[in-house]
Amino acid sequence: MSVRSTPEGTLAGTPAGTRRIVVVGGGPAAHRFVEAMAARGLDGRSLTVLSEENYLPYDRVNLGKALTGHADLTLGDPSFWADERVSLRLGSRAVRLDLDARTVHTRDGAEHPYDELVLATGSDAAPLPFPGAASAHVYRTLDDVHGLKRALTLLSRSLGRKPHVVVIGGGLLGIEAAAGALELGAESSVVNRSGWLMNAQLDEGAGQALGRLIAGQGFAVHTGTAPSAVLTDDDGAVTGVELADGRVLPADLVVAAVGIRPRDELARRANEDALAGGGAAPFSVGPRGGVVISEDCSTGVPRVWAVGEVASFGGECVGLVAPANAMAEVVADRLHGGSAAFPGFDTATKLKLSGVDVASFGDAFAATPGALEIVYADPARGVYQKVVTTDDARTLLGGIFVGDAAPYQGLRPLLGRELPAEPGAFLTAAGGGSAPETELPDDAVLCSCNNVTAGAIRDAVGGCGACEGSAPVQELGELKGCTRAGTQCGSCVPMLKKLLEKELTTAGVTVSKALCEHFALSRQELFDAIRVLQLTSFEEVLHRYGSGAGCDICKPTVANILASQNSAYVLDAGRGTLQDTNDRALANMQKDGSYSVVPRIPGGEITPEKLAVIASVAQQYGLYTKITGGQRIDLFGARLEQLPEIWKILIDAGMESGQAYGKSLRTVKSCVGSTWCRYGVQDSVSMAIRLELRYRGLRSPHKLKLGVSGCARECAEARGKDVGVIATADGWNLYVGGNGGATPSHAQLLAQGLDDETLIRYIDRYFMYYIRTADRLQRTARWQEELDGGLEQVRRVVLEDSLGIAAELEDAMARHVDSYEDEWAATLKDPERLRRFRAFVNAPDTADDSIVHVSEREQIRPATDPERVLLGATIPVRGTEGDLR
Amino acid sequence: MTSTAIPELVGIPSFPGVAGSVDPAVTSWHSVCRVQDLEPDWGEAALVEGRQVALFLLSSGAVYAVEQRDPVTGAHVMARGIVGSRAGQATIASPLHKQVYRLSDGACLDGAGSSLAAFPTRVVGDEIQVAA
Repeated sequence: MSVRSTPEGTLAGTPAGTRRIVVVGGGPAAHRFVEAMAARGLDGRSLTVLSEENYLPYDRVNLGKALTGHADLTLGDPSFWADERVSLRLGSRAVRLDLDARTVHTRDGAEHPYDELVLATGSDAAPLPFPGAASAHVYRTLDDVHGLKRALTLLSRSLGRKPHVVVIGGGLLGIEAAAGALELGAESSVVNRSGWLMNAQLDEGAGQALGRLIAGQGFAVHTGTAPSAVLTDDDGAVTGVELADGRVLPADLVVAAVGIRPRDELARRANEDALAGGGAAPFSVGPRGGVVISEDCSTGVPRVWAVGEVASFGGECVGLVAPANAMAEVVADRLHGGSAAFPGFDTATKLKLSGVDVASFGDAFAATPGALEIVYADPARGVYQKVVTTDDARTLLGGIFVGDAAPYQGLRPLLGRELPAEPGAFLTAAGGGSAPETELPDDAVLCSCNNVTAGAIRDAVGGCGACEGSAPVQELGELKGCTRAGTQCGSCVPMLKKLLEKELTTAGVTVSKALCEHFALSRQELFDAIRVLQLTSFEEVLHRYGSGAGCDICKPTVANILASQNSAYVLDAGRGTLQDTNDRALANMQKDGSYSVVPRIPGGEITPEKLAVIASVAQQYGLYTKITGGQRIDLFGARLEQLPEIWKILIDAGMESGQAYGKSLRTVKSCVGSTWCRYGVQDSVSMAIRLELRYRGLRSPHKLKLGVSGCARECAEARGKDVGVIATADGWNLYVGGNGGATPSHAQLLAQGLDDETLIRYIDRYFMYYIRTADRLQRTARWQEELDGGLEQVRRVVLEDSLGIAAELEDAMARHVDSYEDEWAATLKDPERLRRFRAFVNAPDTADDSIVHVSEREQIRPATDPERVLLGATIPVRGTEGDLR
Repeated sequence: MTSTAIPELVGIPSFPGVAGSVDPAVTSWHSVCRVQDLEPDWGEAALVEGRQVALFLLSSGAVYAVEQRDPVTGAHVMARGIVGSRAGQATIASPLHKQVYRLSDGACLDGAGSSLAAFPTRVVGDEIQVAA
């Protein structure tokens, strides 16, 4: 990224041209601000984001995932930054503001002039106020997390035992860091000065319940005791943490998580500069640090705004994402002439800490005069639930939930409103029942991260016109895309889903899973019915469950289910007529009606001899050749009747169908792996070939792609695949649910450190579970997102066999593997099958002259319409020879 | 093989197209193939008077012929689509972009797309004939 130096003299007044907006900081607040600006329009504006970090803005709420796995925390779509009006400068640290010249100076000596400046510098970890502080790790950024991970790995190696990790600070980040260390194989303990954990959000009862649950997870909790020093040996290595009561906790690594400190140094320095020059301090700094803002998020310095953790409002700086987003939206609105105001901090928190549900919102400590606390506490089960109301027990003021946070979703939007039932009814753990149904008012905020109200959701479901085609939204994914609700922390998704279903039902829209007009069943229901009754033909299925003659939706779906279950040749016994365009010809139809041919190249490994055969086929038939993204070769421009001849040559040379045409396994992409690569830790090519040969021919609801990388550098881009396998020194890491395409998504970590056999067993189960339960044309990413219980459910079924079907899934896969037959070899063996590839029923070998090619870059391509006219190949209504047979 | 105009119908009844761009009064019947040359519900292309026609024998015994050219893309592929029904009427879906057409008259059933030309058909003995 290049840094433009600033031409001077262009800064006085507002230039007639582009309005330059500079954002200092590259965290979530900055990201949201840029998004909010882009959503409102960037015309006539340029945005420069100065980030001292070297990553695209990422999600700090989920840092724990980066600690224990390979989660990609990048916020939003990276291509977002490609807009030429937006310039993101990574590794660019702002060091000084020149408020008179209106420029920001960065460490590299560059100056960035601004017309509007937004401070979004966030905060860093507060230092430990006692000796040894410098030896402690902190837990704030991706670099911190990577450093922590590296240190733990090195320690386990050098110590030859589990390292002892002591986390100082029992807040949210502290517990998360301790849980992460535990998961990475360390002995982990938490020290908190207060008498209980998370004392900023939880009252004593809740904190104690949390402490008990956490202790049950295997790490030690020391509360009510203040640490007084981090002890080190002569070499500076950490040896322990000394407590005020004299005890010493042995430690090999210490993490400090005692709070945050706003990064307000730019404002402080500007104040110092002004004072030194004899002027008044321009910025007002909060009592606990931070740049003081007013309701409109302005700082009091003309054209300077502050958002996120660095902004002090009402004397407080808050380290939560929802208020940061709200502030970012306010500034974007103001810069577009609006009058939005920051309503104050919403400190509601809902999270899963080391598997324990914790939620706190509103006046959790019942500080309001006369407030009532209705509490249910069950120390034995580790459940604590509290609802805080006004003195008449009617209006909801806040609440705390630990161990069972189910009522939180329904209560949270009702904050400040009258409860629809007795407060006690919401303490679900007491009665074992579920919370009363709540009717959300339109202005109730459902997604606090993105400030989306129930009303906005209802509008979207009703077809608000904001989206393309203004069609009513009927699916969760669409609703998220349209309203942005549930796209940040995700905690409101269950509520969102419920509201969506309720609205659809009210609107009289049947939430129909029906396949098409011929079948009222969903794909999953059909799959089960066909499996249980062992049906083998479309006629049987239609007769039992359908009506009419079928169509281009249900026929291929049933064909696909039959193929998944029986692995029989797809064009036989009436099944041929069910097949979709490409399956029908066992090749991919192109725009002009010609076909492309793709032989399988397992793992992308191919001999020069086979390459030569592919080349000679392409030459002989004049085909256009292109390397595919899946490490194989696509041959374009073959006519229907040429397909059998082409395949005869390929099969004689030892090749087989690549099934590029099917809703089935496509390719297993691999890097070269440890065989050749100096970084590889495992043989990714052998594994890729093994997987490709195992799953080839497997018909599924949508195409399936796999990738195998030989090390964490991930050259095979495995995380962009339905199943991605990445080698580590400890075995294979298995990722699931990735895809490219229109809505790309990264695969999620399912299991790690697997040996070959376990890896394959898990993939068998995963694929079969998907094949059985996914909707038609639903890729794995969407499937596991919409599955009840999401990825957790997948984990339970695949890893823990929670449904008791693992053996059945494995058997089904074993049957597939045993019965695999190359479709093209099977086709060539049988003249009856070959009949399907004739050009014309009354002229089998006459070439279709409507297919016209021209030459480009020494290869063929389909002629465009004007070219066809030039070549005299218009719609062929030709002579009347009458020779029809 | 020659084009003939056979006045007499023999064998199973035919299901002629209702309306198409071709007026049977001014054209003649052309024998294209035998009934047993076609597999039910599996469309095949045929050359009739040099013109590409998509020919369908349904499981009901009905025979239809429409233009082989997909009006949306201009590719000659209609015979390779999926035969089905919509509200009881026999249909063919384009294999390229899946627009659905009524086989009897070629009308497009998805929005206001162009229709296909449909040709009258009949079965004489075991011969399938198309008027073009």
